Amino acid sequence: MTRETVRGQLLDESIELSLTEFCRACSKDTTWVSALVEEGALEPVDVSDKHWRFTAVSLQRAHRAMRLERDLGVNLAGIALALELLEELETLRARLRRIDSNQDI
Amino acid sequence: MNYKDYYKIMGVKRDASQDEIKRAYRKLARKYHPDVSKAADAEARFKEVGEAYAVLKDPEKRSAYDQLGQDFKAGQEFRPPPDWDAGFEFSGRGSSNADAPDYSDFFSSLFGQGFKPAGRAHTGRGFQARGEDHHAKVMIDLEDAFRGATRGITLRVPEFDNSGHLVSRERTLNVKIPKGVKPGQRIRLSGQGAPGPGDSKAGDLYLEIEFNPHEIYKVEGPDLYLDLPITPWEAALGASVAVPTPEGTVNLTIPAGTSSGRKLRLKGRGIPGTSPGNLYVVAQITVPPADSDAAKALYQKMQQELSYNPRSALGV
Repeated sequence: MTRETVRGQLLDESIELSLTEFCRACSKDTTWVSALVEEGALEPVDVSDKHWRFTAVSLQRAHRAMRLERDLGVNLAGIALALELLEELETLRARLRRIDSNQDI
Repeated sequence: MNYKDYYKIMGVKRDASQDEIKRAYRKLARKYHPDVSKAADAEARFKEVGEAYAVLKDPEKRSAYDQLGQDFKAGQEFRPPPDWDAGFEFSGRGSSNADAPDYSDFFSSLFGQGFKPAGRAHTGRGFQARGEDHHAKVMIDLEDAFRGATRGITLRVPEFDNSGHLVSRERTLNVKIPKGVKPGQRIRLSGQGAPGPGDSKAGDLYLEIEFNPHEIYKVEGPDLYLDLPITPWEAALGASVAVPTPEGTVNLTIPAGTSSGRKLRLKGRGIPGTSPGNLYVVAQITVPPADSDAAKALYQKMQQELSYNPRSALGV
């Protein structure tokens, strides 16, 4: 069987998306995105810029926000809180893994 | 195909009220949501709970399911009895749908495939004229982040066969993992998601990178941590010792008076990139065993000649 070899795009801080690209990448409209910006859950690179740009890291937050809304019915304020708590949880989990590698966390 | 006990999955009694079922679903959905739980089976449990709720929240589906009887045990071999659903009508029955979720064969045999999972209805706004995005996890080794690698990943792709039935096909892709990738970062493969409706564009495939546990290094973001055993005299007097790094051995100066747990930073020796991580060497003083007369004599000499109380701060 022949296999296709594909090279993807690493979504790090250096990748920026326009508002249109960002909306398309999360299948959401600008109203939803700007509501999350208003909640402080998403941050454009420069919020005062007329044409918002987002880093690919924001895209990861937006995808997660979308799933929380869709699967758990969380509202926008709840999403903002959940994203912060989940990120903190991840940092702490990584630290705990480092300190106590024998523990299954 | 095995019988699924939806009540057991939801942890409710068979006579539970709709409110109880909803509460149980909400609780389990939060617990097993793949964005929240890191348990290995979280995604499978989340899907299972979604499927159970899709049946039990709908009074019509629920009573049809109840009619199958209580005699089945979870996991038992199951075939739907003939005409089991006589008198019920399920909208969407038999209609295939490209968005069909991965419900079990058990569910499909009862209710067809034209249902969306509970709470997963598409919002129907924004950009719809493209296929759905897919998300998957890829496990790599720490060494891959230093050198770059190619990983074969197998995806299950839903497709329609010649007779119009929804089948899932396995597809394997070789994906280039770029050097410098960090845990939790994602790689986007444009157009490798679900095919779009009609002639529209396919969705994207997002691969989230996770690291396999490493034998000696621990990874935290871009930084690496290494426990380095040192002797009491290296700790007390200072020393230059050989330290492994993913890119080869280096010499590290242990300052005199180093205590256990002290972190020594090797700048830029973490995961490479535009802002490379650091390698933190954590000193671990190990005590040589007093397993010979000579060793015992040395310890006794230390005891006599060093007036040292490690517990003075405890007031004892």
